[in-house]
Amino acid sequence: MIEIDNITKVYDGRAAVDSVSMTIESATITAIVGTSGSGKSTLLRMINRLVEPTSGEVRINGELTTDLEKNALRRRIGYAIQGHGLFPHHTVARNIGAVPQLLGWSKDKISDRINELLNLFSMPPEEFRDRYPAELSGGQQQRVGVARALASRPDLLLMDEPFGALDPIIRTRAQADLHRIQRTLGSTILLVTHDMEEAIQLGDQVAVMDQGRLVQHGTPADIITSPATRFVAEMVGGVDRPLRLLSLLPLSEIVEAGEAEGPPINDQASLRDALSVCLGSGRNTLPVERDGALIGRVTLEAIRSRAEGTHEPR
Amino acid sequence: MPNRTSSFFSRPGLLFAVLGLVALLAPFVTLAANRIVAGVGVPVWDIAAANTTIPGLAVLLAGLALGLPAALPKLRLLGATVGVAALVWLLMQGSTSLLEGAGPYARVSLGSGFWCLLAILLLLAADALSALSPGPLMRAGLLVAAIIALVLVLWSGALADLSIYREYISRHDAFFDAAQRHLGLAFGSLMVAAITGFPLGVFCHHNEGLRGSVLPVLSFLQTIPSLAMFGIMIPLLAWVSSTIPGAKELGVAGIGFLPAFLALVIYSLLPVVANTVAGLEATPPVTLDAARGMGMTRQQRLIQVQLPLGLPVMLAGLRIVLVQNIGLAVIAGLIGGGGFGTFVFQGLNQTATDLILLGALPTVTLALISAITMDILVELTRPNSVRHG
Repeated sequence: MIEIDNITKVYDGRAAVDSVSMTIESATITAIVGTSGSGKSTLLRMINRLVEPTSGEVRINGELTTDLEKNALRRRIGYAIQGHGLFPHHTVARNIGAVPQLLGWSKDKISDRINELLNLFSMPPEEFRDRYPAELSGGQQQRVGVARALASRPDLLLMDEPFGALDPIIRTRAQADLHRIQRTLGSTILLVTHDMEEAIQLGDQVAVMDQGRLVQHGTPADIITSPATRFVAEMVGGVDRPLRLLSLLPLSEIVEAGEAEGPPINDQASLRDALSVCLGSGRNTLPVERDGALIGRVTLEAIRSRAEGTHEPR
Repeated sequence: MPNRTSSFFSRPGLLFAVLGLVALLAPFVTLAANRIVAGVGVPVWDIAAANTTIPGLAVLLAGLALGLPAALPKLRLLGATVGVAALVWLLMQGSTSLLEGAGPYARVSLGSGFWCLLAILLLLAADALSALSPGPLMRAGLLVAAIIALVLVLWSGALADLSIYREYISRHDAFFDAAQRHLGLAFGSLMVAAITGFPLGVFCHHNEGLRGSVLPVLSFLQTIPSLAMFGIMIPLLAWVSSTIPGAKELGVAGIGFLPAFLALVIYSLLPVVANTVAGLEATPPVTLDAARGMGMTRQQRLIQVQLPLGLPVMLAGLRIVLVQNIGLAVIAGLIGGGGFGTFVFQGLNQTATDLILLGALPTVTLALISAITMDILVELTRPNSVRHG
């Protein structure tokens, strides 16, 4: 568990981060969203003390970050950034093994860990270990950057716009990969992004920052259904809000007994997908299947009722 | 069919061939009654009997002709090599035959025609090489081969009848002393500049204030004309030698090796320090941020990230210094510092052109070899990513 307690950073008399407090549960992803200049990156960088707070404190599993020597602290926290920051003169293996090497792990242990991570990121070690970053595609470079940040099994992974440099198709795949890997490893991740869509897709919790202040912190559904301020409402995108909410809900929540015409839809699809199929095929009800067996149906009416009440900001 | 012509013939190759034909009209060598007076130009067809000049000329023209086909850079390189060989052979035959019966003090010197042809053939070689774009190891091999060929030609004594070679014979011992001294000045000052300049550059990188004061001072020193710099050293070191006890015994004096050496070190500092700072700053900011964020100490970042990434830029600084110092060390001759400059200034005083050349040619050759060698080193230290990718 990461506790951020009343943390403030003042630059030239102006608070870049203004008394922010929040708690991050272990094994979850928290996405901090904000426009540029909202203080989200400064907040992230105060956790591994790349920026020293003016006041306030951070505790990781109860331990104050100021109790540790700076570099020792940073070696316990993974750090992945936009544009990956890989060492261009080191191979993929040496890049991934950087932190374990700083921590003095044995050669065999580092090598095993590198193979394990490369396999996890679907990059066969025998093919990729000895390549240089310039020989990889943008998506591969980004994966190596995240693998490097995870190499020492850190208590916490900080990510600053990790997908910012990727094109949209690769970005979607990278987000899905991160989600899968976070669930596999049970990592605690704090991720900074300017993209609300990304925050909603990835975050178990979403924290919205505006002008140095934390204006709302809650589940993605909370943020969409009851935005705390006009700014948050704007961030979640006005007319798109009902659709965003539907994209968070799995079909399995509203399946009802009954039959329907036409090809079935999987129960892991989102309500937004179901709505799209309804509109596209001109049907009001869709059959729902799980593992190939029909389990019921979903109606356009039920989908609509879940989206109601979100069209106007409070 | 103009298109086909221009794609078959290399344009520079055509230019070199035309220029080469024109250069043949200029005096190939000059014949003088002694080493001081101005000589009379001799065109290439008059330097020896026709049965010598005609085959020599034929090979030379063949060399220029081989330089024409654009698509065959290897053949063009061969053409340049054959051409240079023909030049040397013509020179060998010509100098010997011209001296026959020309009097005991007569001298044969290199003429404008020879220099032009040599320059044209070397340009042809350079043009062909740039089309071949050989890797660093290949370039090193070619450089070694060229040096061996040069040494063999000089060693064989085939050119012993040339005036410049006679100047060399009469100063045989002094020549090697001067060479040693020249290398000592150039490489010694490079070493001292590197040993002091690298740490200074690292400090400047870490300390903005220090950088703000050091770099302008070094830039100012760089603007002092070299003659003035060597001149300033004379009273300065003379004063040190006469006032500081023990300095004279250590060999500190207003003229000689030390003032020249010091002046060269001062000129070397700016390129070394400035390129060290630039090299350390060449690390991409994200890479440095990642290194900091993963818990590398300042020293670890410097040694594991910034130095290896900045090495090519830092070596480029050393390359500038080395080439610059080999040239500047000539001025050291003026204040008794020794080196090839001694011959240049003696030659100027005696109006003996070939003695000047005896100082100048080795200096130019040395600078060229150093420049090519350093270029190869810079390329070899580039991050692997660039070489592979």
